[in-house]
Amino acid sequence: MYGLNRKDTVLLLIVAILVAAAPLLLNPFPDTSAMGKTFNAGYPDLMQRFVIFGIFAIGFNILFGLTGYLSFGHAAFLGVGSYAGMWMLKLLSINVIPAILFSIAVAGAVSLIIGWISLRRSGIYFSILTLAFAQMAFSLAASVLTPITGGETGLQTSLNDPRIMPGFLGGGTVNSAGNIPAPSLLGMEMSESFILNVGPWAFTFNWGYYICATFMLLAFYIAIRIFRSPFGLMLKAIKSNQQRLNYTGLNTRPYMLTCFVISGMYAGLAGGLMAAMDPQVGAERMQWTASGEVVLMTILGGAGTLIGPVLGAGLIKYFENIFSKINKATLEAWFGVFPDWMTDLLVTLVYPFIGKGWHLTLGLIFMLVVIFLPGGLVEGGQRIARLFRRGKTGAGALKPAE
Amino acid sequence: MGILEVRNVNKSFGGLKALHEVNLDVQEGMIHAIIGPNGAGKSTLLNCFVGKLEPDTGTVTFNGRSLLGIRPHEINQAGVSRVFQTPEIFRDLTVLENVMIPCFAKRDGSFELNALRRIHNETDIREKAEQMLVDVTMAEKHDMQAESLSRGDKRRLEMAMCLAQDPQLLLLDEPTAGMARADTNATIDLLGEIQDKRKITMAIIEHDMHVVFSLAERISVLAQGTVIVEDTPDKIKGNAKVQEAYLGGTH
Ligand SMILES: Nc1ncnc2c1ncn2[C@@H]1O[C@H](COP(=O)(O)OP(=O)(O)OP(=O)(O)O)[C@@H](O)[C@H]1O
Ligand SMILES: [Mg+2]
Repeated sequence: MYGLNRKDTVLLLIVAILVAAAPLLLNPFPDTSAMGKTFNAGYPDLMQRFVIFGIFAIGFNILFGLTGYLSFGHAAFLGVGSYAGMWMLKLLSINVIPAILFSIAVAGAVSLIIGWISLRRSGIYFSILTLAFAQMAFSLAASVLTPITGGETGLQTSLNDPRIMPGFLGGGTVNSAGNIPAPSLLGMEMSESFILNVGPWAFTFNWGYYICATFMLLAFYIAIRIFRSPFGLMLKAIKSNQQRLNYTGLNTRPYMLTCFVISGMYAGLAGGLMAAMDPQVGAERMQWTASGEVVLMTILGGAGTLIGPVLGAGLIKYFENIFSKINKATLEAWFGVFPDWMTDLLVTLVYPFIGKGWHLTLGLIFMLVVIFLPGGLVEGGQRIARLFRRGKTGAGALKPAE
Repeated sequence: MGILEVRNVNKSFGGLKALHEVNLDVQEGMIHAIIGPNGAGKSTLLNCFVGKLEPDTGTVTFNGRSLLGIRPHEINQAGVSRVFQTPEIFRDLTVLENVMIPCFAKRDGSFELNALRRIHNETDIREKAEQMLVDVTMAEKHDMQAESLSRGDKRRLEMAMCLAQDPQLLLLDEPTAGMARADTNATIDLLGEIQDKRKITMAIIEHDMHVVFSLAERISVLAQGTVIVEDTPDKIKGNAKVQEAYLGGTH
């Protein structure tokens, strides 16, 4: 279907179904229950984050997973995308589509420049160059470029924005109520939701989420096509043995640069969607920690696999959310069934890993995955699948994992 | 006049003189063997042809064009392909993919995005690659990961990759090392056939004298960085200097 083979079509369909049904799947507990308060994740802003970071990671994986070039500066493109999108929302129209398209274009242009220079080196030097550029972008955004970026306070939509497009195309400085208009598409604001109440359950179907999800599915589809194209094969060959490619008459630079720009455009799309969902952006979006996060997501899920980055992004954002929500009182409630001294002990032991200590947990998870499952969660899944198929075939092991 | 002309090439690594005033002419359409004891400088010499090393002094010309100072991919585009002593293949990819890559690569090396094409629809490329694998008798292994091949198979795969490019000059660095006798003989047949059919010029480094004397029309003997003799196989067989070099009689 649409140029995909059967296996890829099935994968895309499964992802599409899961993404479409996410508002149901992520709210397994009644909203008011204790479990629901902690473990439900079907909130619009969280679900938006899942798919937006999914896009970011899919794009990062096109670079890192296929070519092995580890960029430590991808947050720069995310931030550039956000700023670019914000300016469209301020100057042109509150409609999210031009904002997102402009985000992609500007991020692409910036990644062309950064890639052009960084790709003169490979390995650790490439990584350091990208990191340096991203840190430069961060400090520029926070200081010199204040007229464009809003500096420390950041950039947001305001009552003075021109928004020059005619009203029916999303133009206009204020909305009918005289407030700052909220980003919208087809006349519906990003925050608009349809809430389905089933007994004690409440499921939120959010417009913004479904827009992000559509972009993610599109991004995922394009990624599959790239993986299965001759271009993708060249990128894998670069990772495998760049020298051999040179001795085969190919200059690898145009391939690397194209790949880098595509990857940067994915980050720009993610950044644009962030701005569209929540029209404010600050320089911290370009911090190196944000660049590091997408590396973690990709490796955790499985670099070089199709679905891995999406899984990694979802998992990290999910755990980040629940771990930061758990507090001392929650722990005490959980461990309350034990004798007092034991409750105290357990709470003391677990406390450093929750709330603000979430990064400690993330670090541990990451270490365990890298040591025991270097292929990430996808490898874990494959190992389990192989256990079930044991004895049926032996030849499958010879094929590289996808 | 050779298709490949090497004149007074010198190359030192620190104090070690790996090549000393090397001259070599490879005639078009011929199989030219370069033999010599370990450490004689044979691989170093090939490295100077493909842009991996730059000679300290001297010239290397191919079809009248200097190969010095240009990048490896440009040398390949000029028509020179090389099989390395330690196989340079795409270890993480399948055997078929390994051969498809040189098939995709345009002869002039021009960049093609091809991002919207699909590998499994590229029947022409696939068929060409499959045919190359048939030629090196590896057709049934096309789905294996290149990493898991035996050493001999890796080298045959690399040969298929080079041949897929239709080079004018094929450089082979010990093509039969690590191969079983039967495979070695198959490789001799393959190379002989290619030379008959396609008239590809070959420079071949080889320790196995059976291979050398089955294929070579011309032989250069390298010892301690210098060509001590260059002659026809028959003459080389009886040459005292060659015997001496091989029996370790040099110094
Ligand atoms: N990159 C290098 N740096 C330093 N010394 C080198 C380098 N490459 C080769 N040499 C040295 O140059 C000499 C010639 O090496 P070369 O690999 O050309 O020999 P060879 O004739 O191919 O031998 P073999 O039959 O073992 O492959 C050796 O003494 C080797 O140690
Ligand atoms: Mg050698």
